[in-house]
Amino acid sequence: METMNSGSKTHVLPVGGSPAPTVDVAQRFRAKWLLLRRLSQLGILGLFLIGPWFGIWIVKGNLSSSLTLDVLPLTDPLLVLQSMAAGHLPYRDAIVGAAIVVGAYLLIGGRVFCSWVCPLNIVTDGAAALRRKLGIKGGRAPAATTRYWLLLGLLAACFATGSIVWEFVNPVSMLHRGLIFGIGTAWLVVFGIFTYDFLIASRGWCGHLCPMGALYGLLGRTALLRVAAAKRSACNDCLDCFAICPEPQVIRPALKGSGTPLIIDANCTNCGRCIDVCTLDVFCFTNRLSNRFSS
Amino acid sequence: MSAFSSSARRQFLNRFAGAVGGAALLSLGVGLYARQAFALPAQALRPPGALAERDFLATCVRCGLCVRGCPYDTLKLAELGQTVATGTPYFDARKIPCEMCEDIPCVKACPTGALDRQLTDIGKSRMGLAVLVDHESCLNFLGLRCDVCYRVCPVIDKAISLENIHNPRSDRHAMLLPTVHSEYCTGCGKCEKSCVLPEAAIKVYPLKLAKGRLPEHYRKGWEEKAKHGGSLIGEQIELPVRGREDKALQQKAPLDSGWKP
Repeated sequence: METMNSGSKTHVLPVGGSPAPTVDVAQRFRAKWLLLRRLSQLGILGLFLIGPWFGIWIVKGNLSSSLTLDVLPLTDPLLVLQSMAAGHLPYRDAIVGAAIVVGAYLLIGGRVFCSWVCPLNIVTDGAAALRRKLGIKGGRAPAATTRYWLLLGLLAACFATGSIVWEFVNPVSMLHRGLIFGIGTAWLVVFGIFTYDFLIASRGWCGHLCPMGALYGLLGRTALLRVAAAKRSACNDCLDCFAICPEPQVIRPALKGSGTPLIIDANCTNCGRCIDVCTLDVFCFTNRLSNRFSS
Repeated sequence: MSAFSSSARRQFLNRFAGAVGGAALLSLGVGLYARQAFALPAQALRPPGALAERDFLATCVRCGLCVRGCPYDTLKLAELGQTVATGTPYFDARKIPCEMCEDIPCVKACPTGALDRQLTDIGKSRMGLAVLVDHESCLNFLGLRCDVCYRVCPVIDKAISLENIHNPRSDRHAMLLPTVHSEYCTGCGKCEKSCVLPEAAIKVYPLKLAKGRLPEHYRKGWEEKAKHGGSLIGEQIELPVRGREDKALQQKAPLDSGWKP
């Protein structure tokens, strides 16, 4: 990851030399996956909210642990891990709930949570978009590996204090829980994350610090659902995908390498923005077993 | 080794140290903050069956399923900025007390065991303990017959009784003092909720604050005597009290203030 980071900074690619798009390319809707993602994020949030707002109880609880239609338990695996590190084995409900979540993300990619479910993603995407729009460059981001050490560190802190420590500060669950149960001053934490991503570190929270994302990343290493640079030979080095990608280091091996065109880095969130923005339709969703792309 | 590889290594080590150090610092900060947040304010009561506070914070995932299980809107999740650990369930007895549902739906809803399912009899729950904190403003202590806390108690005559005591101020009336018995009080908070004063004279506090504790070795003579079926130290000589020799062995005369209706 280190070498990829420094590589993407020093590697010189021609910029601004993209050829005029053909007519049918220009007519394609350029935010299909973004729109679907927002629908998914807001839809999931909506399922949680129609209970308390309108008395339609499909899902109870929040992303930390929930019960759907009174039968399906879902639990955040990081919380179960923390509870066990703190010295408590949760009831079977929570364990089963976490197992279902882990199973699902092993299949479709752990960080699918980040781009398709997490409510904070809308905030950090907003910060990144504003950053792009205003042309803010630079800033100081911690190493992208910090999140794994933080994951390790907070589990150690759980063990040392005998309590689920991350939930005292976790902005992801704070925002989601707050929207459903009352937010208090957690708005300030969300605003803090926005400001951090906007002014201090590009993609700083989701891409470098969030230990939830780190755990989901570790889960997604073997996932089937993948983005592939299927038509990478058509790439004209316009850099649009690199500019829009929340984890730009994941693209290079697939797009510019000589190995598989599948993006196999576990930190790809399967957000599909590269598919959206590429005027030459280089990228597509596929599964990792597909042998359509022999290379 | 070439200059390039050594500088690359230095850069790598710097980044590595930055990542580990930053993460360690953050974890330490979060851990310390969490420790500090262990203190539960006195007015915040945990739902029935809640584990002891330290264990509770190791088990509760702050999902709010207990809140959804509560039919009376009693339980709330703490919001950031409140003094209760953020996101954990609590209730404020003066606002909405626990109605002590027989099927305890909040405990059933908890997926992690932060609310212990071994609690099946709500009468055995100990959410806190009612304490008549203000003897100066409690109407019954003033000699009036308010009795509201006693009347609303779901465990009436066991958890709260009225103790009949002579009123030394008027010297001719009784005071019926609401008295809480920790053996039966569940801490539901209905007494605190219904206290008629602008500020409740009876309040429910977490057990840790409300209860004292006798030393382990302490024995109550009268209990030991009853258990034994007689005095443990045999017959004792009744000694006269110096200066009150004439009164020591006399039967007490019945109280008579001389007041006639």
